[in-house]
Amino acid sequence: MAAKTLLINGTMVSAREGETILEAARDAGVKIPTLCHLDGLSDVGACRLCLVEVGGRLRPACTTTVSEGMDVHTHTDALKAYRRQIIELLFAERGHVCAVCVASGHCELQDMAVTLGMDHVRYAYLAPTCSVDISHERFGLDHNRCILCSRCVRACDEVEGVHTWDIAGRGTSARVITDMNQPWGESETCTACGKCLLACPTGALFKRGATVAEMEHAPARIAMIVESRRVRG
Amino acid sequence: MELHDLQLIARRERERRRRIRIHCCTSSGCLASQGLEIQKRLEAAVAEAGLEGEVEVVGVGCIGSCGQGPMVEIAPEGTLYEYVRPEDADAIVAAINGGECSVQRGDPLRPFFTRQFPIVRKNAGKIDPERIEEYIAAGGYRSLYRAINEMTPAEVIDEITRSGLRGRGGAGYPTGLKWSTVAKSRGERKYVVCNGDEGDPGAFMDRSVLESDPHLVLEGMCIAAYAIGADQGYIYVRGEYPFAIQRLQKAINQAKKFGLLGSQIFDSTFDFRVDIRVGAGAFVCGEETALLASIEGRRGQPRPRPPYPAESGLWGKPTLINNVETFANIASIIEHGPDWYASIGTETSRGTKVFALTGKIHNTGLIEVPMGITLREIVHQLGGGGHSGSEVKAVQTGGPSGGCIPASLFDTPVDYESLAQVGSIMGSGGMVVMDNSTNMVELAKFYMEFCKDESCGKCVPCRVGTVQIHRLLEKITAGQGSQADIDQLQELCQLLRNTSLCGLGQSAPNPVMSTLKYFTEEYEHLIER
Repeated sequence: MAAKTLLINGTMVSAREGETILEAARDAGVKIPTLCHLDGLSDVGACRLCLVEVGGRLRPACTTTVSEGMDVHTHTDALKAYRRQIIELLFAERGHVCAVCVASGHCELQDMAVTLGMDHVRYAYLAPTCSVDISHERFGLDHNRCILCSRCVRACDEVEGVHTWDIAGRGTSARVITDMNQPWGESETCTACGKCLLACPTGALFKRGATVAEMEHAPARIAMIVESRRVRG
Repeated sequence: MELHDLQLIARRERERRRRIRIHCCTSSGCLASQGLEIQKRLEAAVAEAGLEGEVEVVGVGCIGSCGQGPMVEIAPEGTLYEYVRPEDADAIVAAINGGECSVQRGDPLRPFFTRQFPIVRKNAGKIDPERIEEYIAAGGYRSLYRAINEMTPAEVIDEITRSGLRGRGGAGYPTGLKWSTVAKSRGERKYVVCNGDEGDPGAFMDRSVLESDPHLVLEGMCIAAYAIGADQGYIYVRGEYPFAIQRLQKAINQAKKFGLLGSQIFDSTFDFRVDIRVGAGAFVCGEETALLASIEGRRGQPRPRPPYPAESGLWGKPTLINNVETFANIASIIEHGPDWYASIGTETSRGTKVFALTGKIHNTGLIEVPMGITLREIVHQLGGGGHSGSEVKAVQTGGPSGGCIPASLFDTPVDYESLAQVGSIMGSGGMVVMDNSTNMVELAKFYMEFCKDESCGKCVPCRVGTVQIHRLLEKITAGQGSQADIDQLQELCQLLRNTSLCGLGQSAPNPVMSTLKYFTEEYEHLIER
């Protein structure tokens, strides 16, 4: 496999052919913010946080592969402003109240807000009334905290191989659903493996019984499962 | 099927025809106002008058001036009747042999008709779209014969490239370049896809083409398949077009029966099958990657490009996607040659474009005009100016993805670059005319509401940004807005334009940004109150 040389923020770095900008930047010690990306899962380019500037155009770092001589800028002022706007839009979209959230302190959305310096939300809170599904005997789903990153959908489909989760509806009415949109507890395909809980970046998917700040996800375990399967062939 | 078979079918069809044909428009617009009933009553009237030997009543596709429909035309002499009612049938038939008739007559020599340049619509309103024989009699499928028997795939692509044809779905990507990219992509199978998911409010060009001349689109697809090496095609039509789907299915069945689709077309080694896929009502499925996902049976939402469909499309195979109107141009280019096509239009935008002229305009309907015509000519000459003489204020091209162009810029020529320069897009061909009674902020709000409802929800800027922009516009139109809201509006518009995943989100701010630019005073008036 050929190596490629590219510029990231003015520094020459090398990358493997076929690698994404996100991977190349990480190897070079440049941290690009992401939410919908999760190591071990396919990339969808949905959250738009990882947008970087390549030759004057914005490209998602998670789905753009490196090419020779590419000139990538990951943290321009415009990009930083866009990222902050995106996080604000997410906070305004549903009911993200950290003070009462099971994932507070272990939440990627919360961490991202801190990282990007979001100290307040300038947009109107949409405050939709979202349901909570606790029909499953072990797990729960709170749509108020879902950011539609689809990591649960991909973990279930690509790692567990079941595809219990999917997304129904469109726009801000879109919701993650199980099977044909029946309560999670009545899903005929769910194996209760819990990989969706590992993958969830927020408090949307949680273990029943967890209370404020008790729900710790383990997204890195998805990559671990995928990698160990690969090694064992 | 051989060339002489085509010629034989055409000759028989001409011999079968009566001297006089009464053309009844049976396209959606006229059908909605009793078009079929009018056709039936005319048939009965002809029979009653004992004129069956010399007069026939033919259901044809869209005649064009939909606002004056239902339309009836007496061919070949050319008398046009407007606003026809079923009870007018006897009078119309009686007038054929010189009688007087009180039904309102249209003027076939008015600029609405004479300024047009029909290529895509050459058969529309002239042939019965449900009979392949009529299409063949009008010269149909000769270009396909020529392509397969007299040209190599590379020569076909070369002709399309030299014609200068650009994608009529709106973005204007050079068609020949797209074809040659797919032809060069490696894959054990390739696909041709026709995008008939026309969804812009006020746009009905593709519906009309499919309803009026479905074989023209099939022939274009077939030639494309030959050129790129595909053996399977799909036409993706929105579910809201049941009549177009029905006619298209009929056309596919007939073409198969005549050996013009299927195996060994024109006794060559070229096979091509076409199936229809019906959309389920999502605007975003007009975006090519979402459309492909929908054909594959998955949730219709876009994915980042590259890879482009030309490289990895349907089921990961190289796929050519063109719009209905693009395919409808192909047969004429092969028939008359690329130089002829390139001689029409402007330096960068060759050929013609079909527009659906709607809104506060005198002549509502479908027009096909050479590129380079000015907006003023379209609005004031073809369109006849504002509705009931009102003053036209602006036109919106490209639907929710396009911008508002004020009357002061009506000398802008209609071509891809000029429209982009004034902050709009060519789009698929919707042209909505506004007069002084239209509030431009309300208009921007309407389009944003559309985009918010049609956003698939995959990427954050489009999913949430459209809702926030819509809320700001609601606040402003309610007289509760401030300058800070307008600043935030602009900031959000920039975010959507620059960071959204697909064209829907990227272009959703266009109506807001163009009205903010050209009609600032309407926004200011609302925030001052």
